[in-house]
Amino acid sequence: MNTQSNTMTGPSIQSQGTPGAVSATRAMYWSIRRELWENRSIYLAPLVAAALFLFGFAISMLSMRHRITASPLDSSQQPDLLATRYELSAALIMGTALIVGIFYSLDALYGERRDRSILFWKSLPVSDLTAVLSKLTIPLVILPLLSFAISLATQFIMLLLSSAILLGSGVSIAALWTQVSFFHVSFVLLYHLLTVHGLWYAPLYGWLLLVSAWAPRAPFIWAVLPPFVICGVEKIAFNTSYFLALLQERLVGTGDAMAPHSAPNDFMATLIPELHFFSTPGLWIGLALAAAFLAAAVRLRRYQGPI
Amino acid sequence: MACIEARGLRKAFGKTIALDGMNLRVEEGRILGLIGPNGAGKTTALNAILGLTPYQGELRVLGRDPWAERDQLMRDVCFIADVAVLPRWMRVSQALDYVAGVHPRFNRAKAEGLLAKTTIRHTSKVRQLSKGMVAQLHLALVMAIDARLLVLDEPTLGLDILFRKQFYDSLLNDYFDRSRTIVVTTHQVEELQHILTDLIFMDRGRIVLSCSMEEFESRYVEVTVNPDQVAAARALKPMYERQVFGRSILLFDVKTDRGINPNIDRPQLAAIGEVRTPSIADLFVAVVGNQPGMAQGAAQ
Repeated sequence: MNTQSNTMTGPSIQSQGTPGAVSATRAMYWSIRRELWENRSIYLAPLVAAALFLFGFAISMLSMRHRITASPLDSSQQPDLLATRYELSAALIMGTALIVGIFYSLDALYGERRDRSILFWKSLPVSDLTAVLSKLTIPLVILPLLSFAISLATQFIMLLLSSAILLGSGVSIAALWTQVSFFHVSFVLLYHLLTVHGLWYAPLYGWLLLVSAWAPRAPFIWAVLPPFVICGVEKIAFNTSYFLALLQERLVGTGDAMAPHSAPNDFMATLIPELHFFSTPGLWIGLALAAAFLAAAVRLRRYQGPI
Repeated sequence: MACIEARGLRKAFGKTIALDGMNLRVEEGRILGLIGPNGAGKTTALNAILGLTPYQGELRVLGRDPWAERDQLMRDVCFIADVAVLPRWMRVSQALDYVAGVHPRFNRAKAEGLLAKTTIRHTSKVRQLSKGMVAQLHLALVMAIDARLLVLDEPTLGLDILFRKQFYDSLLNDYFDRSRTIVVTTHQVEELQHILTDLIFMDRGRIVLSCSMEEFESRYVEVTVNPDQVAAARALKPMYERQVFGRSILLFDVKTDRGINPNIDRPQLAAIGEVRTPSIADLFVAVVGNQPGMAQGAAQ
């Protein structure tokens, strides 16, 4: 035992000369990885949504095959058919990711206080800023990129499935591959995910993280109640509803895309925020608000112990 | 340089004063036991030392201000704040990966060596481990970190005697090397007696006794006296007296230079009964339990 402890202390003397430091990116990388370990729903939920959608899609294609053989389709109708379903799949996956992101953010800084594991995280040289930033990265960066990758894979599988089924029915499938511009759709989707989910929704996730860092219990109630009360008070006091309009603009203003009932052609258009998106004050005010919420959440995590 | 130096450390939660002007100096290479009743301010003091809570007064840990420089301090300081704070969803292998990823001074091989001595499997999740195994895992993680200060707040709470003993044995044999400092609080003081180098009793936010273990052993004497000798023993003004099976056990402070009973010495006490070194627990009851407002122990 003694010899062992001696060999163990050998390198310790050497290492004391050089103050060890893990780079900020490394701490960030491991913090994000640990979030993914803890919250497997981040990738499992969109994957399950995609799998269910593909299952439904395969059934609908099989039933359509009989109709096609009965009365052959006009080849110009094929792309429309597929495009609608592409959009549906993307909307489903994005919607799932949105819900996952909301519940993840609400629990991110609350759960670690509730199960006391915050005392373990704080015993390691990871700053509160890194910890909170890594938690914000999940809904703002990881979830959008994941939903993009899963949507892309889903759409590719849909294309292959429909080709295979149409091939069996003897209909030409050339239009499927030429008229539905697969890469255009993907690009629009990525742009939408990064701008709307990554930037426009940033203050929402910032708010949820702040509530999560502060709430003594029931973070969901605390996240929802204040906006509700503000709307009510504004209505009673001034008989106006600016705050409600503000919330609506934030939630659905650029995100009509969430509504799968919109016409196929309009759908792609609503996905892309208008070109002057980056010069709208709403975006920048939102980002400033997100930064303020984030700073408050970092500060709260510093002061808060387990509950 | 002292490892921990506090002067006039104060902390209040509303009207409750948790730390009431605490002065403390812990040199490097010591194993300090911080003993006190519930609510004495031990955990608050540790939280201040670890930069987990803001405070008033002066406090330096390894030469740093723990609240302002917490992020840097955590490279040199390790702590087990409580039993069972390891996240329950985590796998053992993930815990190793994560600590290796974020801590510059983590020696993964050492942690795996320590785990190999236990029955903990790398694929297990923390929630599947028994309480004792979680403590073993946490200790293995912490001991593999080359820290200069290790703080343990009730590290063995709720563990059975075997795990507790093994915990402290492991700490002494595989970790402590006389250059590191360990601060430990616990209510189970029996196992600590032969481990500590320094002892501090806290009560109501203040330090009520502070001594090295050498001083403890030379200064405090417990004498078991038969009923016929009790009157003679009481004349020597013991700090504390209790009854066990009809015999009286009296605790004396025999320190000659600044003790409360400068006239008594060991030979004198040996003449009236069996003399031995008291346990920390008995001294604790004598010092803290004797104060006004506290339950009066078994004193007659």
